[in-house]
Amino acid sequence: MAIGLHDSTIKNPVIRWVDQRLPVFTMMQKEYGSFPTPRNFNYFWNFGALAMVTLMIMIATGIFLAMNYTPHTAYAFDSVERIMRDVNYGWLIRYVHMNGASMFFIVIYIHIWRGLYYGSYKAPRELLWILGVTIFLLMMATAFMGYVLPWGQMSFWGATVITNLFSAFPLVGQHIVTWLWGGFSVDNPTLSRFFSLHYLMPFVIAGVVFLHVAALHITGSNNPLGIDPKGPQDTLPFHPYYTAKDSVGLVVYFIVFAFLVFFMPNYLGHPDNYIPANPLVTPAHIVPEWYFLPYYAVLRAVPDKLGGVLLMFGSIAVLFILPWLDTSPVRSMRFRPLAKWLLILWGLNFLVLMWAGGKPAEGIYVTISRIATAYYFAYFLVVLPLLGRLERPLKLPESIAMPVLRGGGPIMVGAAAKPMEKA
Amino acid sequence: MRGFRNLIGALVLGAGVALNPLAARAAGEAITLPDTRFSFEGLFGTFDRGGLQRGFQVYKEVCAACHAMRQLSYRNLLEIGLSEEQARRLAADFQVTDGPNDEGAMFERPARLSDRFRRPFANEQAARAANNGAYPPDLSVMVKARANGADYLYALLTGYQDAPAGFAMGDGMYYNAYYPGHQIAMPNVLNEDQVEFADGTKATVSQMARDVTTFMAWAAEPELEQRRQMGVRIILFLTILAGLTYAVKRKVWADVKH
Repeated sequence: MAIGLHDSTIKNPVIRWVDQRLPVFTMMQKEYGSFPTPRNFNYFWNFGALAMVTLMIMIATGIFLAMNYTPHTAYAFDSVERIMRDVNYGWLIRYVHMNGASMFFIVIYIHIWRGLYYGSYKAPRELLWILGVTIFLLMMATAFMGYVLPWGQMSFWGATVITNLFSAFPLVGQHIVTWLWGGFSVDNPTLSRFFSLHYLMPFVIAGVVFLHVAALHITGSNNPLGIDPKGPQDTLPFHPYYTAKDSVGLVVYFIVFAFLVFFMPNYLGHPDNYIPANPLVTPAHIVPEWYFLPYYAVLRAVPDKLGGVLLMFGSIAVLFILPWLDTSPVRSMRFRPLAKWLLILWGLNFLVLMWAGGKPAEGIYVTISRIATAYYFAYFLVVLPLLGRLERPLKLPESIAMPVLRGGGPIMVGAAAKPMEKA
Repeated sequence: MRGFRNLIGALVLGAGVALNPLAARAAGEAITLPDTRFSFEGLFGTFDRGGLQRGFQVYKEVCAACHAMRQLSYRNLLEIGLSEEQARRLAADFQVTDGPNDEGAMFERPARLSDRFRRPFANEQAARAANNGAYPPDLSVMVKARANGADYLYALLTGYQDAPAGFAMGDGMYYNAYYPGHQIAMPNVLNEDQVEFADGTKATVSQMARDVTTFMAWAAEPELEQRRQMGVRIILFLTILAGLTYAVKRKVWADVKH
């Protein structure tokens, strides 16, 4: 690349002056303005943008909460109540943050489902997918530590159960747990380090999100047909087409979010977390937040502690190698008649795991968890590798523009050729 | 095979629990709460102001002997409709510890609006010592700290009964139809005409239970009314915005065949 001022095309002289020296405006124009995007997205493609907005909401509300929160076992619970009562609109900030975690996971689960259904993890988007799974893992760690901060009963006992998982590892297990706790039980050192890390992690997530988006802008987006755009007739400039479409999704998303925050803010939480933490009283049923229930079910499906822990971590780890497990070259499930139904079954199976994870680990619930866990893994480790060879996919359309222009209409290139006309 | 045996086991156990009332009690059966209608239920419910003030009176004259509400201050009473003068006089009835003064000693003074509700016991140990070893929990967020909190508290307060024949009661415990395990250390504290309401409402047990539950629901969620009002406005705004946004999207996409 040549050294010297960037050859900016921006007309405004001030912005042009900046852009010549630091071409962020050119970059924004290239990546979010004229960025060629497949023309056939459905509303599932909103969820990446929704996740990005939710991350920003969580960071913004979290910063204001941290101004008023006290990470000490003696004050944490009361400082949260003070936020709810005495901080101006503190209840709003906290309920947005608290329900924002749930909304974030709803959005991410749908986003992941979109990737699974339309084969967005396949070549050339393997690294993009891996970065996404990394974000998901970081989110889980962040959410877990955030749930500990109000220092209610479920905070304390959830922290105890989850950190104790590491004690299952032979030889080093107990040392890892002591190291995580910063002592010999979940106590003040645990709370203060969880607070510190809970504040740090979202910025790590933001960094990985940047890489995720950067990788996306190299390969370009997948689309519901799962075939590559073949020319300008297959794509639209991101702005205004997808900024407009994402805005629709965003406002609808905000309606759902607002309903939760304003009318049922504690619906997804557990009443026990409004009881201050007490190391001497164990709740009748220790359950994690709803978004961890599927993995909790996997953990408890195994009679052996170490086995359960390994399988639980395995249920995320398997996602990392998914691009190489699926042997079919066809991305979109629209053209995979068998895989489509087996994936839908996997999705329902995931919901069954979520339900079973919220039930006591006894009797029929354990049996159901075991069957569901078996299918969770079988889909990735048996179904996908075999189906690529056994299944006969449907005929793929020739291009993205072809199926929508069926009926002999002229090929529309106008919209793509004049990208900024409507901006 | 093991799974199948678990299934059979669960069915047998389930049948046993269903058929044997004593077994059900031993296994800690699910207690169904009666559904009580409260003014603050539903999407648009608000707190009945009369109920709140009567409920506060019940708390002050009955519950406060043992239960703290440490998240509340006397100034919060303005929110349930007391005038500043009323709240100020009410607070002054309580002595709170302040200090240290210039000589380094703690001293007692009448409570002010800015003080938290006075706690009946200095600490948990003192509370247990005075209550047969049981700790009367803080009631500030009690409604949020129990599943279906308001229904549960009303049922609990009106659920004292004689223990059924053959039910082994612990020493100093009381039978309650709605308490998990049915043995509660709290005695039945609400009796007919226990308090005298200034507005002339007859102080039946169910009336007092309903009012004090309303008061506790407000104490747990003092923002509830403001939250719902704001929610209605925000959702109306967002609904209109959604319509506009969709119209814009349609316009932008009008010349794209898809």
